[in-house]
Amino acid sequence: MTSGLPVAALELRGLSKRFGDKVAVENLSLTVPTGSFYGLVGPNGAGKTTTLSMATGLLQPDAGQSIIHGVDMWQHPLEAKQLVGNLSDGVKLFDRLTGEQLVTYNGLLFGMSRDTVAERVADLLKLLDLESAAGTLVVDYSAGMTKKIALACALVHAPKLLVLDEPFESVDPVSAANIRDMLTDYVRGGGTVIVSSHVMDLVQRMCDHVAVVSAGRVLAAGTVDEVRGEASLEDRFVELVGGRHHTEGPSWLRHS
Amino acid sequence: MVATLLRLRFLVLRNSLKRSTWQLVAVIIGAVYGLGVVGVAVIGLVALSFAPQELAATVIVLAGSAVVLGWIVVPLIAAGVDQTLDPARLAQFPLPMPKLLVGLTLAGVLGVPGVITSIASLATVGSWIRYPVAAAAAVVCAALAVLTCVVGSRMVAALSVSLQSQRRFREISSILIFIPLILLGPIIIGVSQSVRNSADALPQVARALGWTPLGAAWSVPADLAAGDVGAAALKFIIALATLALLVFLWRRSLAAALVSPHAAASKRVARGKIGLFGVFPATPAGAVAARCLTYWRRDPRYARQLIVVPLIPVLLAFYSNNMHSFTLLTLAGPLVAFLLSLATLADISYDGTAFAAHLADGVRGRDDRLGRVAALAVIAVPVVLALTLITVAIAGAWHELPLILGLAFGALLSGFGLTSVSSARIIIPVPAAGDNPFKSAPGAGFTTALSSFATWGILILLVLPEIVLTVVGYVTGSLLVGWIGLVVGLVLGTVIAIAGIRIGGRQLDRSGPQLLSRLKTLRGA
Repeated sequence: MTSGLPVAALELRGLSKRFGDKVAVENLSLTVPTGSFYGLVGPNGAGKTTTLSMATGLLQPDAGQSIIHGVDMWQHPLEAKQLVGNLSDGVKLFDRLTGEQLVTYNGLLFGMSRDTVAERVADLLKLLDLESAAGTLVVDYSAGMTKKIALACALVHAPKLLVLDEPFESVDPVSAANIRDMLTDYVRGGGTVIVSSHVMDLVQRMCDHVAVVSAGRVLAAGTVDEVRGEASLEDRFVELVGGRHHTEGPSWLRHS
Repeated sequence: MVATLLRLRFLVLRNSLKRSTWQLVAVIIGAVYGLGVVGVAVIGLVALSFAPQELAATVIVLAGSAVVLGWIVVPLIAAGVDQTLDPARLAQFPLPMPKLLVGLTLAGVLGVPGVITSIASLATVGSWIRYPVAAAAAVVCAALAVLTCVVGSRMVAALSVSLQSQRRFREISSILIFIPLILLGPIIIGVSQSVRNSADALPQVARALGWTPLGAAWSVPADLAAGDVGAAALKFIIALATLALLVFLWRRSLAAALVSPHAAASKRVARGKIGLFGVFPATPAGAVAARCLTYWRRDPRYARQLIVVPLIPVLLAFYSNNMHSFTLLTLAGPLVAFLLSLATLADISYDGTAFAAHLADGVRGRDDRLGRVAALAVIAVPVVLALTLITVAIAGAWHELPLILGLAFGALLSGFGLTSVSSARIIIPVPAAGDNPFKSAPGAGFTTALSSFATWGILILLVLPEIVLTVVGYVTGSLLVGWIGLVVGLVLGTVIAIAGIRIGGRQLDRSGPQLLSRLKTLRGA
């Protein structure tokens, strides 16, 4: 701060996590500048979800720090969590609540007043096209609707940093476009977004920064243009991660 | 095709045994138990060959009818007893219906219950060994009876699938069906008393059952042994027709089940109706309380815990009646308080990974604890108060009211404190939301029993002062001791409740992420 540089929205320093013998994340450091739209890409099992869980206070790291706008997540969890909106992959929701109740619940958990919560819930349901399903139990939602209501829960307390793990999985194209517009708008308004995704094309179009993660390490990080150079992000990703093999399918799968 | 289905069935069994040693142990114990039952049954049935024809006929027809009835009723009680060959999962393969029927039937016969039933049925041949014609018929009829059992149970299972695809029905039925099971003790005593009184009527009952689908197959050899060929032929036709009808119905419902595997019926309310969230204070603790109370209403795994509320008084009334003393009945309030307060001893396990929301939203452990206790208190306090007042009124023991109230609320409040701590530490495998709440989750048995018994023991220690005062009060009959008991119960209980919420809250602040990691390793959480 003395140097006049803005504080990073999220700074990961030397995060490590092992599960038994398997090293999931190894000494991972990453800086997400404030106001950036940051993509986190990597193959299956690269440690994306583990990294984001440690960043948001859901998983205790073996070593390392996660600092959100200058607040250490594991030293001052309550303050840090107020700054973060979190959509995690692979956890359930309280799905016996209606969509509206679920978002209200999350708002109240953040200690907001009932009126503020009600107003924001209405806005979010409208924004995410969930108004007609507001009174339906979340357990009866489709996969895409479940993602959207989880996103609403992450947004309700107006966080400064949004951490989204696979936000576009099984979301229909129209809703995905709406969500993308909303996120772009959120970044323009001074917020910071970090998304993990498999879809390179989407990341290339949507994000301004990207980090490629594989086997628990950062292989490359920076602005999208820096990372991809002349190639497309997808080609660069394959080049970095490897494992692509050129084979034709078995002959019995060809019908003509 | 049929062989493939059978192989699949045994492969699934073998793999599930490989996964858990404890499950293997359970299966071995079950097999030993089953072998014991079969052994006794076979010896008994062969011994019947020395009994008069009339007695043998009565025993075999009654027992056989009971077995058939059991096979048909079990799938209604325990949704998904044997899901290894669930038709819904086979829907995607192009299996011709006849082969599917044969395969599923054989898989049923070759399961543990099927094998036991088959052996016992064949043992009836031994019962009729002195009548060669009847013995020969018994071989055919045993096969017929076993097929009736298996096909009947499969048919009921397939029929109930369509009903059970409605979530609400599935959830309610699985709870309601449990009530007769708990009342089994009183029911058996009642039935056995009436049986003792009417032992003479049994041969008549057996004769009547012999003409019904339940007993027809068992009754054919008996009639042949008695020399009544006409009746035997008629009953054989009844048994055959029964099996044919069952196969027909099964085939139809299976065909229907295969094309419409699951239709979710959804409940919806109007926009803006946020239910209890609008009633409780707009604080994190208030929100947690509102959420928990909503779950008490909507999630059968919670509702299941409320079964003790009507059952305990009924059981105690039954035994009080037997003992001609109302003392036992007045303990209904304290007993229900004890059991209800421990209902949430592993509350976070029931949240499953949805607990991540509390963690991500930065809920303080104290608020989490307080909210859960408040939700339980909203239910338990009126229930315990009402039960105590009503049972004391029935017993006419008003002078014991302060004592019993002290014990009841001492237990309830101490239980609140205890579960606030225990549920921040204990993660046990529980059935997933929406599953049959009585289905035991894999690996649950031992750990669950251990942690439950430990918690019960600790609660008894915590309530010991109240228990001692209650005993002293009963023995001396002193009203003063009663009032002391009430004050001690309320004060000590409140202190333990507050301490529990504080300690449990701090514990949760520390261990939240570890709890979530453990929840993630549980299947279906």
